[in-house]
Amino acid sequence: MAKKINTNSESYLKMYSQMVKIRSFEDQANQLYLDAKMPGLTHMYSGEEAVAVGICEALTVKDKITSTHRGHGHCVAKGAELKQMFCELLGKEEGYCRGKGGSMHIADQSNGNLGANAIVGGSMGIATGSALRAKLNGDSDVTVCFFGDGATAQGLLYEVMNMAALWNLPVIYACENNGYSEYTATDEIAAGDILDRARAFGIEAHKVDGQDVLAVNKLATDLVARARKGEGPFFIELITYRYHGHHVGDINRTYYRSKEEEEDWKKNKDPIKILGDWLVSEKIASDDELKIIRDDIAAEAHVAVQYALEASYPNSNEVDMHVYMEAN
Amino acid sequence: MRSITLSQAVNEAIAEEMRLDSSVFLIGEDVAEAGTPFKITSGLVEEFGTERVIDTPISEPGFMGLAVGAAMTGSRPIVDIMFGDFLFLIMDQLCNQAAKAHYMSGGKLNVPLVVRTNLGATRRSAAQHSQSLHALVSHIPGLKIAMPSSAYEAKGLLKTAIRDDNPVVIFEDKLMYQDKADVPEDEYLIPFGEAAVLQEGNQVTLIGTSSMRQVCEEAALILADEKISVEIIDPRTLVPLDEKTILNSAKKTGRVVVVDEGHQNFGVTAEIASRISEKAFYYLDAPVIRMGAMDVPVPFSPVLEDLTVPTAEKVASNARKIIAGELVHEL
Ligand SMILES: Cc1ncc(C[n+]2csc(CCOP(=O)(O)OP(=O)(O)O)c2C)c(N)n1
Ligand SMILES: [Mg+2]
Repeated sequence: MAKKINTNSESYLKMYSQMVKIRSFEDQANQLYLDAKMPGLTHMYSGEEAVAVGICEALTVKDKITSTHRGHGHCVAKGAELKQMFCELLGKEEGYCRGKGGSMHIADQSNGNLGANAIVGGSMGIATGSALRAKLNGDSDVTVCFFGDGATAQGLLYEVMNMAALWNLPVIYACENNGYSEYTATDEIAAGDILDRARAFGIEAHKVDGQDVLAVNKLATDLVARARKGEGPFFIELITYRYHGHHVGDINRTYYRSKEEEEDWKKNKDPIKILGDWLVSEKIASDDELKIIRDDIAAEAHVAVQYALEASYPNSNEVDMHVYMEAN
Repeated sequence: MRSITLSQAVNEAIAEEMRLDSSVFLIGEDVAEAGTPFKITSGLVEEFGTERVIDTPISEPGFMGLAVGAAMTGSRPIVDIMFGDFLFLIMDQLCNQAAKAHYMSGGKLNVPLVVRTNLGATRRSAAQHSQSLHALVSHIPGLKIAMPSSAYEAKGLLKTAIRDDNPVVIFEDKLMYQDKADVPEDEYLIPFGEAAVLQEGNQVTLIGTSSMRQVCEEAALILADEKISVEIIDPRTLVPLDEKTILNSAKKTGRVVVVDEGHQNFGVTAEIASRISEKAFYYLDAPVIRMGAMDVPVPFSPVLEDLTVPTAEKVASNARKIIAGELVHEL
C-alpha cells in the first residue's frame, strides 16, 4: 500500500504505539486484580491515554513530570518499560521502586518522572519546585504537573500557581478532567470554570479535547517550547474519561455514572480508535498494520506480566533500607 | 446479643446522635451517596439529607476549617478524613485552631467536633495510605484521642466523642471494618479514660491499642498453651489515658509489653512504658517492652509490609523472654 509521504509519520505511529502500550498495560493490570494476583488496588488510566501520550511526546527525557494515583499512563508515556512496571505493581525487587511504591507510586525516575502521588494534589508543589530549580540553574527543562479535576480543590494549587506566575516558572499544569472525582461528578465539586482559576493569576490557560492525541500534542509542543523560553507557566484542561471505575474495585457504579455514558465514550471517543482511523484515512498506516502493532504490544505486555509474576520479591533486609540516604 | 460489623457500628452511632441532636452534621469526601469508599456512612444521606450529610471537594484543610468555625458557633460536626494519612493536610486547623481555641479564649470558646479517621497497615496501600498517626495528635494538648478496638468500642466511643465538648480524633482500624462483634441494641456510651481489662492474669500484662488488641489476644492464646497467665488491657482512649488501670495491672504482674501500630520511636508505646516505669518501677520484674510499627515508611511489597507490624508470635516471644528474665534487645 502506498503511503502518504509525511515527515511526521514516525511520530504519529509512536503516539499510537504508546497509547496501545498503556491500554495493554492496564488490561493486564486489571486482569491481575481480577485473578487476585495483585496486592491492593489500582486506578486504571484506560480511556485517558491521549492525555499522557500527547503531552509526553512533546517532552524530552530531561523534561520532568509529576504523576498521580492514576499514574500508569504517565509512567509509560514518559518512557518506562513494562517489565519493571509490572514488577513494581506486584511488589517485586526489579520494580522501578524496588517494590516499595506499588501502583500508586510507580515511576521511572531516570526518564524524569518525579513520582506518582497518592495524596491528591500532593505533587503540585514538587512540580513547581522543579521548575524553580530549572530557572535558578538556567536549565532548559520544563516540568509538567499532571493532576485530576478533583485535585483542583486543593488549596496548594493556588499557592503554587501564584508563585509560578510571579516568577515565570517553566511549569505546565495539566488538569486531566475525566468528569469525576472518585464517586462524584466534577460539576458538584468545582465552582465556576477551572480555566478561570489559572487566568486569575494571569496564567495562559487552554482547554483541549483530551481524546485527540494530535490536538493535545500540538498544543503541548507549542507550550513546552514557549515555557523553555521563559514564557511560562501555562495551564491546560484536558477533557477526557476513565473507562473503568475509580479503582479496580469500583464495579457497581451506576449510582454515579450511567452505563450509556460509559459506552458512548468507549464507542465514539476512544483515543486509540480516533488516531487509528486518522492514520488509515491519511494512509499513514493500514488497518492491518495497526492490528500488528496492537498484537505485538499485547504480546509484549503478556510476556512482561509473566516475567513479573515469576520475579523475586525483595529480600527482607530491604525493609529498612532507603529510609535515609547513606552518606557516600 | 446481635453481632454487627465495625462499619455498621459507626453508622449506627452517627445516625443515633444525629437523631438526638440536630446540631450534629457529617462532612467529608463522598460521605453522602457513595457512603465513603469503605461504605461506612451508607444510608445516612437518605435519612438526614444533604444539608446534614455533606459531600465536599477534595479540600481537607478547607472543610476541616469550616468544621472548626461551625463548632465554635454552635454546630457539632463530624469530619470524615478518609485515610489517617490525610491528617497531615489538616494539621493547622486541627492542632493550631481546634485544639487551642478553648484555652486561648480563656475558656470562652469551645470546639465540639469529631474527626473520624483510620489507621492500620497491611492493606497493600503503600506509604501514603497506611500510616497510624495517633501518636502525633496525642501530643497536642486540647485534643482527645479514641482508639476503638472492635465494633462494640467503635459505637460506644464514637457516641461519647460526638457528645464531648472538645475536639476528639477517633481512629478506626481500616482492616476491621468488616469484623463483627456483639453490640447491644440498647443505647450505651463508653466513657473516655476507662481502659478495658479484657482478660485477667498475673504473669504478664499485654497492653494493646486498636488493631493491636487482637494481636495481644492471639498472643495470649499462644501463651495460654504454655500455661502462662496473661492480663490484657485495651486503653480505649489515649487522651485521657486510664493510668490507674494500667499501673494496677503492671504492679500485679510486674511485666508489661505495650503494643501499638504507630511507629515505635517517640510513640504511644514509649509514653505508656515510661509512665509505668516512672510510677510502678519498684513493682517491675523486667523492663517494660515497647512494640510499635517498624520505623520505616510503610512499604508496598507484601513481603516487606508484613515485617513492619507487630505480630502475635513476636508479642508472645517477648512476653516469654521477660518472664524468663531475658532482656529483649530486638523485636
Ligand atoms: C488528599 C487526599 N484526599 C483524598 C484522597 C482520596 N482520593 C483518591 S483519588 C480521589 C479522587 C481524585 O479525583 P481526580 O483528581 O479528579 O483524579 P481521578 O481519580 O479522576 O483521576 C480521592 C478523593 C487522596 N488520595 N488524597
Ligand atoms: Mg477526575
